Amino acid sequence: MARLAALTGNNAAAEAIRQIKPDVFAAYPITPQTELAEEVAQFVADGILDTEYIPVESEHSSMSVCIGASLAGARAMTATASCGLAYMWELLPTTASLRSPVVMVVVNRAFNAPLNIHCSHDDSMGARDSGWVQLYSENAQEMYDNLIQAVKIAEDETIRLPVMVCMDGFIISHAVERLLLLEDEKVKNFLGEFKPVHSLLEVNNPVTIGACALPDYYTEHKKQHSEALRRSLDKIMEVANEYAKISGRSYSLFESYQLADAEYGIVIVNSAAGVTRTVVDKLRKEGVKAGLLKIRVYRPFPAAQIVQALKNLKVVAVLERTDSFGGVGSPVFTDISAAFMEAQTKEKPLMVNYIYGLGGRDVGLKDIGKVYANLQVINQKGKIEKSFAYLQARE
Amino acid sequence: MAINLKELAKKEELFTPGHRLCAGCGTAVLMRQVMLAVEGPVVISMATSCPFVSTATYPYTSWKVPWIHSAFENAPATISGVEAAYKALRKKGKVTQDIKFISMAGDGGTYDIGFQALSGAIERGHRFLHICYNNEAYMNTGIQRSGATPLGAHTTTSPAGKLIPGKREFRKDLTAIIAAHDAPYVAQTTPFHWRDLMTKVQKALAVDGPSFINVLTSCHRGWRSDIKNDMQILRLAVDTCYWPLYEVENGKWKLNYKVRNKLPVIEWIKPQGRFAHLLKEENQPIVAKIQQKIDENWEKLLAKCSAD
Repeated sequence: MARLAALTGNNAAAEAIRQIKPDVFAAYPITPQTELAEEVAQFVADGILDTEYIPVESEHSSMSVCIGASLAGARAMTATASCGLAYMWELLPTTASLRSPVVMVVVNRAFNAPLNIHCSHDDSMGARDSGWVQLYSENAQEMYDNLIQAVKIAEDETIRLPVMVCMDGFIISHAVERLLLLEDEKVKNFLGEFKPVHSLLEVNNPVTIGACALPDYYTEHKKQHSEALRRSLDKIMEVANEYAKISGRSYSLFESYQLADAEYGIVIVNSAAGVTRTVVDKLRKEGVKAGLLKIRVYRPFPAAQIVQALKNLKVVAVLERTDSFGGVGSPVFTDISAAFMEAQTKEKPLMVNYIYGLGGRDVGLKDIGKVYANLQVINQKGKIEKSFAYLQARE
Repeated sequence: MAINLKELAKKEELFTPGHRLCAGCGTAVLMRQVMLAVEGPVVISMATSCPFVSTATYPYTSWKVPWIHSAFENAPATISGVEAAYKALRKKGKVTQDIKFISMAGDGGTYDIGFQALSGAIERGHRFLHICYNNEAYMNTGIQRSGATPLGAHTTTSPAGKLIPGKREFRKDLTAIIAAHDAPYVAQTTPFHWRDLMTKVQKALAVDGPSFINVLTSCHRGWRSDIKNDMQILRLAVDTCYWPLYEVENGKWKLNYKVRNKLPVIEWIKPQGRFAHLLKEENQPIVAKIQQKIDENWEKLLAKCSAD
């Protein structure tokens, strides 16, 4: 029987890790991930979890340990946030291009400066081009479910790529929620055992891993990586469908909420989808055709599917908890814009890009309500006057 | 365990010829010695460096053992992951053989950018040997100074110019710093002293915990030396007491070669072009300073070795 529990996002991730049973878990504590690193350490100390827990001296080493462990045939996991992710940055593309199926929890937190321990998506969004699969989680339940699925996606022999599973710092990592947990045995059977293609511990079949490739071979290595990441989209859905069978919870590449006949849409990532859904319900009662698209899989980017989901809307706002300073817009906005360019659909919505909730600033019903009101004004005018803005900011 | 040339000649070379290191490279010599000293299965993690780019250029490899490179500063962290996997999988019965673990890095990857990863991995007590191929500068990128570069040496980032006569700082004593971690086995040596080096590799791999060997090795490109003299220069490093051969076994300091006829440091300096400016009259105070430091350190080392 599934177990009903009241857990924080960090607790939920730790519980998933306990059931995933990584052979090696390496982590360096950083707010707001700390509680997760502590909890896994306690599981090991209490004999509940049989894992080599490596209390590294930095995040650079946590990812290095995971690379070594994973390529030695172990299931390896870690967790970090913000500056910690930045500190291991060098190894993110390395992990991915070494086809090392490491799974990492990222508890989203703002970048310095000014120092801020609360939620922005600067960290994982900044890492979007590192060649990892990225899954985003609205709440503790989704973190738990995504994390279990991540291991199966990462370790698939046809994919062999690392996966980042993200949730909002404090808002989700430290808030207690009600969620359903699977039985340990179900998770164990769902994941099976990690079967590496090569292992550093196969001493009778020695392999050189991480060789230097010059201009004559480098391109092919990167092309193979790129293709694996693109084809992981199908695998992610396949794993989601399998997971639905054991959990009763269905996941897709993104969630469409009241989107089918919507005129006004918001695209959002992670926890703020909750408040947006409430506003959509309220507007629907008032006769406004509001809808929501919540990103779950951001890398690989489900471009064609998102175009299909948004093309018939009148106006769309992409709301993001990070800025791509000096860019056309923030990351998701830029991707959706490019996706429409690529798809060359006749129909496409007017689209604006708003930055919100930086450094943990609370986003409320009023804030989201204002965005939908703006979208209606834009529709009446038939044109966009300001396509990019910081919401909630003092002028 | 005894190092015997006849027996060594029969051993399979696990570090194979055909690599792209310079002719006369001291590091190539020590790699071969290390791999001949190894007994039984071993996994290697190597930092970005000359031997990395020269021995594992896709689609070729010089390594007949499992081998991994992922970055410059993380060879000890990477091998600690491999060792952790070994412990986990061995416990589960998925790996049955006894396997040894070695990380290797140059002085950049050990003294400087890789120091944190090394210190952390030793403190955590992983069972691995870290070998530093120390040629006293960043040779792979074209002879830049490192924390191992000695006082007065010319490098491209501590050049001997009209105003400044080469590196202005002493090197740091990394072997002692690692010994202060209380690792069960710490030593320093050179590839000229091949029997000493190979014995140390075997001793290090036999301990149940972290171990470290700092190997002073020649780089004729960086040292501006004549290839044919390089092994003799390494001998002079020891005979001048610039690089004493010693080991620290479970905290016990032991001199492996008692220099009876200590040569003046100028003998070590003279054959190396990186020190050419030190031969000038006005730079004699620098030579005196180097000599003084060597003398002090030698006395300190003798005291440590006799105290135990």
